[in-house]
Amino acid sequence: MRDHKPPFTKVPDNHAVTDRPSPSRLTWLTFSAPARFYDLAGTLAPACGLAAALLALAGLWIGFFVAPTDATQGQVYRIIFIHVPVAWMSMLLYVAMAFWAAIGWFLNARMASILARAIAPTGALFTLLALWTGSAWGRPTWGTWWVWDARLTSELILLFLYLGYLALVAAIDDTRRADKAGALLAIVGVVNVPVIYFSVIWWNTLHQSATITFGSAPKMASTMLWAMLLMTLACWAYAFAVIFVRARAIVLEREGANAWARARLAGRHARM
Amino acid sequence: MNGAVFAAVYLRDLRLAWRRRVEAALPVAFFIVAASLFPLGVGPEPQMLRQIAPGVVWVCALLAAMLSMPPLFASDLADGSLEQLLLAPDAALAVAAAKDAAHWTISGAPLVVAAPLLGLLLGLPSEELPVLFVSLILGTPVLSLLGGVGAALTLGLRSAGMLIVLIVLPLAIPALIFGTGAVAAVDAGQSPSGHLSLLGALLIACGLGAPVATGAALRIALE
Repeated sequence: MRDHKPPFTKVPDNHAVTDRPSPSRLTWLTFSAPARFYDLAGTLAPACGLAAALLALAGLWIGFFVAPTDATQGQVYRIIFIHVPVAWMSMLLYVAMAFWAAIGWFLNARMASILARAIAPTGALFTLLALWTGSAWGRPTWGTWWVWDARLTSELILLFLYLGYLALVAAIDDTRRADKAGALLAIVGVVNVPVIYFSVIWWNTLHQSATITFGSAPKMASTMLWAMLLMTLACWAYAFAVIFVRARAIVLEREGANAWARARLAGRHARM
Repeated sequence: MNGAVFAAVYLRDLRLAWRRRVEAALPVAFFIVAASLFPLGVGPEPQMLRQIAPGVVWVCALLAAMLSMPPLFASDLADGSLEQLLLAPDAALAVAAAKDAAHWTISGAPLVVAAPLLGLLLGLPSEELPVLFVSLILGTPVLSLLGGVGAALTLGLRSAGMLIVLIVLPLAIPALIFGTGAVAAVDAGQSPSGHLSLLGALLIACGLGAPVATGAALRIALE
């Protein structure tokens, strides 16, 4: 893989980075060097993980114990504090994945491609969680595990898009080709998402009587909003933590033979 | 786009398909066999069959188009001619467009022709058959164009066939929805023109975008 490096990143900064771990001047390209990103992510990941745990604890406590019971749905509605943030993340992460994949493809930036690869499984997980929690919510309120409602269907298709990306990059052995092919697929997917979304909505409204909509939900109490906000931040922090850890693993996988990576690993083994 | 390359590749693919006629007829055979399984699986009630007919025909057309995708570039990759083709100036786009067009001519058009027959088998009323036909005329090129992207992305991979299905089917959902929607609209006593217009718009968008993506995917696969 090493002889496939793009010219952009061929600068022998690996040794320089080993000598000077902190760059004298921060630019927007500073952390595009895998070595620096590795260190930065190593510092940030535990902090993000801790923040995710604390925010989730606070959010769940407010959501489950402080927020008032819903007048129409009773206790069941409380799953909203997991369901909605998770659904937001599932869509946001797909766009983020496509963005970094595109940057990695067009600018030949290794770190961006690694980030895209690191985001995908987390995005798929959030999508799955959104479907799962939605299903668990739908059972008591709608009386069924699944409805072919526009929102549910488009979320399911989003899961298929994630799975397609994951399957494609996993099937290609050559790392550079996998990154680029995945980038192209992610971009095509992003272009298609609005089309799919609207087609699903029209399909639904044209051919099925309206199912239960969220539009008639009562106004939220402020504690509910707080719980939602905390849980959203917790999801963000969790996503950052996991993506940083996964990106570090991918960096090591790809650059493990380089001097800086050997130095880092040797240092860790020495400490242990 | 390089017109000479387009014509050369398109005619060459047609000639190759003509020399392997049985192979070229496989997608339409799959289409008919797969659609004939539904009455056996669902039961022969005419009312039910009539209701699911557009969906069955469309889903089987989708699968037939996707399953016929893997060989699109594979044999040219295997004998090295694909790399030679891409050496011509601005060739990637022309090769991609020609391959998509050839795929539709060889695999897509027979599906369109066979679809009314399947519609009759499934008991679709005669006023809905032309709509099904037109929706497939507009829809099968979309499938060929999208499938071309999948075929180029999975070029040379071990599990290319399954991957194409997994990658392309979510992208093909709008075509499926509008295509079956047009027939269902006639069934409900409405005009199918809205759905057919959307399908046409989808075809134009795919015609402009998909060959570019396919060409880029070919370059990625061969670099």
